[in-house]
Amino acid sequence: MEEDSLNRPCGALVIGGSAGSLQVLFQLLPILKPALTFPVILVLHRRNSADSTLSEVLSSKNQNPVKEVEDKDPVLPGNVYLAPADYHLLVERDFTFSLDYSEKVNFSRPSIDVTFESVAEVYGRLAVALLLSGANEDGTKGFLSVKSSGGRTIVQDPETAQMPFMPHHAITHSSVDYILNITQMADLINRL
Amino acid sequence: MEDEDIDLLLTDLFDLYGYDFTNYSRASLKRRIVRLCSIDKFPSFAELRYKVRTDEAYLKRFVEEITVNVTEMFRDPSFYKSLREDILPVLGTKPFIRVWHAGCSTGEEVYSLAILLKEANLLRKSLLYATDLNPTVLEKVRKGIFPLNQMKQYSESYIASGGVNDFSTYYTANYGQAKFDQSLAEKIIISTHNLVSDGSFNEFDLILCRNVLIYFDKDLQDRVLKLFDASLGSLGYLALGTKETLKFSVVQHNFKQLNREKIWKKIV
Repeated sequence: MEEDSLNRPCGALVIGGSAGSLQVLFQLLPILKPALTFPVILVLHRRNSADSTLSEVLSSKNQNPVKEVEDKDPVLPGNVYLAPADYHLLVERDFTFSLDYSEKVNFSRPSIDVTFESVAEVYGRLAVALLLSGANEDGTKGFLSVKSSGGRTIVQDPETAQMPFMPHHAITHSSVDYILNITQMADLINRL
Repeated sequence: MEDEDIDLLLTDLFDLYGYDFTNYSRASLKRRIVRLCSIDKFPSFAELRYKVRTDEAYLKRFVEEITVNVTEMFRDPSFYKSLREDILPVLGTKPFIRVWHAGCSTGEEVYSLAILLKEANLLRKSLLYATDLNPTVLEKVRKGIFPLNQMKQYSESYIASGGVNDFSTYYTANYGQAKFDQSLAEKIIISTHNLVSDGSFNEFDLILCRNVLIYFDKDLQDRVLKLFDASLGSLGYLALGTKETLKFSVVQHNFKQLNREKIWKKIV
């Protein structure tokens, strides 16, 4: 763990999750403080369907507004952005979102790796990436990018994850700064 | 790979070949270039750049790979349902229907619309212009041959879009490929057209450009939307991808959004 971790501002928090991650977000998002000083970007593996109700469901009890991203939306602090189903989500250097309908990565679109890598590139050492429950290898490569750009990485403690494979894979194949349960995650995020 | 490297490469592409990618969304473009560099096993960026500068055959592959050519039939069934129910009955009142699929890639969406027109009994008086900047993908449009293993999913999307026929009646299966009916292909006119550099070439009743603008920056999006505006007849329709919008664009006041689907009607 790096000593200056908590003294360094956060430019963006990007959260990746797959199977078993929604339950975590339902608990985590409501206990985040209002008016966060950075944007939160959610990349979740989900069924590709027209229904956009997930952002509404995630909004409830959440003190920071949740928005499903549309092409070229600005990335603003204090907002929670949800990657739309069936698009990769990237961040441009001018802090706007880009969507991308290219090949799936890790059998996934959106792919967590794609967004982690993009956030690492734009935010560098101010990037914070959090990887939640899942049964897939997505996120591990992205963690490597975040680390090599000097950012910070957090995983959900696999012991507390419904599907421990994804956080466990990141721990064993990349470099992880914090392994936390939900309460600890909220504590850390609220101090970023 | 540094941002400056990308700039160098884009300058080469324009100076040597006239391809202008400078207003493409940079994050996505860079990712495509890094990906290609790795797939084609270039030891460094310099080797990739040299190959692009000196090998015209490789240039073709390069352009094909850095542009995204992923598409499917009846993607977003509710969009096609709206075309079927809201748009085609209006277009059907015209003596002749001209459609432009801009950035059509391998043509799955062109064939989807041709099927809708056929079912509405409008195909015989329609022409579908299918354009893309890659000549290779247009060859696939002309052939109308798509992977057979996709047909189950396409059939489900077709049904969800309001289709009532047996989807397999539209193609012949052979050696893992589905060859679509010649009567559909007959109404499709293919041509290379680069949205960045080429102008308007006809007046249309419906322009479809779905999931193409996401790869362009705001300035280029505005330019392309102006081109569409100039290429649409009065009361013509413009259809974009589900996460794309005319809002905040230079032409937004010339259009009115019809419903929840991303379909706009030209009102001036």
